[in-house]
Amino acid sequence: MVDVMTQPTNFGFGEEEVLLRDSARKFFEDKLPVDQLHTLVAGDSDPHRSLEARWRPELWQQMVELGWTMLAVPETAGGIGMNAAAVAGLCEEAGRAAFPAPLLATINATYVLAACKSDAATRALEQLSGGASASLALLNESGSLLAGDTDVVVRDKMLHGTAAYVQDAQKVDHFLVKARDGGDIGLYWLPADMEGLSIEPNAIVDLTRDQARLQFKGVPAVRVGEKAEVVLKQAMPAIWTLTSADMVGAGEWLLQTTAEYARVRKQFDREIGFFQAIKHPLVNVMIDIDQSKSLVYNAACAIDHEPELAIQYAHMAKAAASDMARFSASRAVQSHGGIGFTWESYIHVYFKRQMHNQLLWGDSAWHRAALAELLIGPVAA
Amino acid sequence: MSDDTRKDTPEQSEFRQYCRDWLADNLPPPAPVRLPESPLEIMTVQQLNYLQDWQKAAYDAGLVGCDYPVEFGGSGRADCQRIANAEMGAVNTPFFPNIVGLGWAAPTVFYHGREDKKEELLPRLFSGEDIWCQGFSEPGSGSDLASVQTFAERNGDKWVINGHKIWTSLAHFAKWMILLLRTDKSHKYDGLSYFVVPIRSALGNGVTVRPLIKMTGETGFNEVIFENLEVDDAYRLGEVGKGWQVAMTTLAHERNAGEMVTPSSGGQGHTKGKKKDAGFGSGALIDLARASARNGASAADDPVIRDRIMQELIRAEGFKQNGRRARVAGLLDHPMRLPLQDKLVSSELAQNISGFAMEIAGPAASLYLADNAAPAGGRWPLAYMNSYGMTIAAGTSEVQRNILGERVLDLPKSK
Repeated sequence: MVDVMTQPTNFGFGEEEVLLRDSARKFFEDKLPVDQLHTLVAGDSDPHRSLEARWRPELWQQMVELGWTMLAVPETAGGIGMNAAAVAGLCEEAGRAAFPAPLLATINATYVLAACKSDAATRALEQLSGGASASLALLNESGSLLAGDTDVVVRDKMLHGTAAYVQDAQKVDHFLVKARDGGDIGLYWLPADMEGLSIEPNAIVDLTRDQARLQFKGVPAVRVGEKAEVVLKQAMPAIWTLTSADMVGAGEWLLQTTAEYARVRKQFDREIGFFQAIKHPLVNVMIDIDQSKSLVYNAACAIDHEPELAIQYAHMAKAAASDMARFSASRAVQSHGGIGFTWESYIHVYFKRQMHNQLLWGDSAWHRAALAELLIGPVAA
Repeated sequence: MSDDTRKDTPEQSEFRQYCRDWLADNLPPPAPVRLPESPLEIMTVQQLNYLQDWQKAAYDAGLVGCDYPVEFGGSGRADCQRIANAEMGAVNTPFFPNIVGLGWAAPTVFYHGREDKKEELLPRLFSGEDIWCQGFSEPGSGSDLASVQTFAERNGDKWVINGHKIWTSLAHFAKWMILLLRTDKSHKYDGLSYFVVPIRSALGNGVTVRPLIKMTGETGFNEVIFENLEVDDAYRLGEVGKGWQVAMTTLAHERNAGEMVTPSSGGQGHTKGKKKDAGFGSGALIDLARASARNGASAADDPVIRDRIMQELIRAEGFKQNGRRARVAGLLDHPMRLPLQDKLVSSELAQNISGFAMEIAGPAASLYLADNAAPAGGRWPLAYMNSYGMTIAAGTSEVQRNILGERVLDLPKSK
């Protein structure tokens, strides 16, 4: 039983991956420190503020030049082709910086395109290698994660209908849309600026992302994949894992920021971190972050080396990280007291990103139910 | 932390094969008596003799003390103990009885003892011929360990010890004790010193051992009273007044966060072929749910039960992957962050899993060891009750959270 594992014991996280992660951390810290982030995304506190995307496209361009946006694109399609552990390291840093950019959206689309295994999908991947960005349009208004559920249909090679909860829709160059074509559910690739496609922004809580509903009124698109249920079964573990990596990074920022505050804020003549009512919950947050982080890199490693186990490990990662996301954000606000409840504090920017991440691509209860199907089996009728 | 999946060095690879071959031919016979869940509940001489024979055989074969120098009874290998542990675990050999000795007395003596005392003490510790116990807690000193009052007064080359230790596992069989005591009443931390003292040979002559009965009905731990026990100064570990620093070595190992890997064969030897799951019986929860009824259907079909089983399985897997990540330098933020969580997380996991198992089993979980109809022979309620030993001993979970908050998050100290 001992050495049957085919996975590298370091999760595939070696020197190259450390270098990439460290340079990503420095890039985000230097280019958009949290005070500047707050000015950028939280300049307007009005819930009825305008819905344009608040981000720095020139920083995205620099990330393109660094190759980070094409990190997961296979080398055969002109990308960097790094392993999922490396990509997780990058996403963790983007989460730590609560960075507003279509990074996760583009990487998620990358994994779906790569799973399509078609010439058309390869050409789409080559566009990503050329610096294009993309986002997935997989959900209907009910947010169903079932592969067969979509409200987009294909008639005469044109897309009709709506897709909901599309991430960073105002920032990206392309969409990858799940649509019904007769008896099949396929995946379709199109530029974001097509006539007949309207991008209707949602007014969302998260200040670091934008989200939209897409309306298709007879829009031509390239079919890049068929049998979406097969494609997504292969690609979803990466999406769950990398969304979880974002939560781990954001959770760590919340933990360290709150610990720093607890070291200096005084009440009853002592730093509040002295009191176990503050100290112990923060330790519990740390424990949950560490569990989530280990589960993320385990799932990332399985994606590359033991794909048959990737689904179950990714369910574990997303379930653990989603609960951790809420807990880390909750303790950060509570431990900061009144100031943590204000708009001027930076905490709410991360709190809201964690709220969003937690719900994206299945919350913790959904993932545990799916995991139970795999490990216990279906419930008897 | 256990991780048997790293790439072996040539020495490790050869040693692994040696362990496999030896174990294939030398598995111990079935136990003639029912064994307890862990070495800390060894109650009878028959249990002890059987387990001591096994430890001696494993030691003679070179599977115990692998990484200690040859002159102190070890095998002088490099990072091979965990290989032996993994191989013994894979065939589920019985556990070793000398857990306190192997786990935390040996590294403490090794790092802080005089050379001649290491030669005297360690070989018989590794072989299991000498059982060891630990004298730390006192009736008035639990979580605040540095407040211990047991006192040693210097008398030439001797020390005269008086005091009262409690919760002393295995003292009823022990030949030796590692003992934290006070040599100066005017300083709390700097007034502590650390000794190795005889128990067995001093019974009735300075030492009294009285058994305490646990909530499970088992014995296994004791109180130990010292009345003018004389000990030679050569048995002191570390300098006078530096006992707290020596105790830190002990505690780090007791909490699975020390340098030396504890020889461990892990199992109880009562099941063949361990299931491959993340541990703590988390996989057994699914079997238990399938075998249990709830509202006239299988408990494994109950959505709440399913959700909670998954919560425990995910935590158990997270713990296991923490063990793997603890060896990947590039994924660690603070060197002690994962090691210091080990004991806290594992003991609370075991408690949650065994407690939840009783809920799954329903009314049948009320049946205890002496009832033939008890699920798993009554081991779930036994494990649940014993789990409190683990969340209290070696620093309570609350103390562990203080340590993590203070050493890793740099929060102000509670003391």
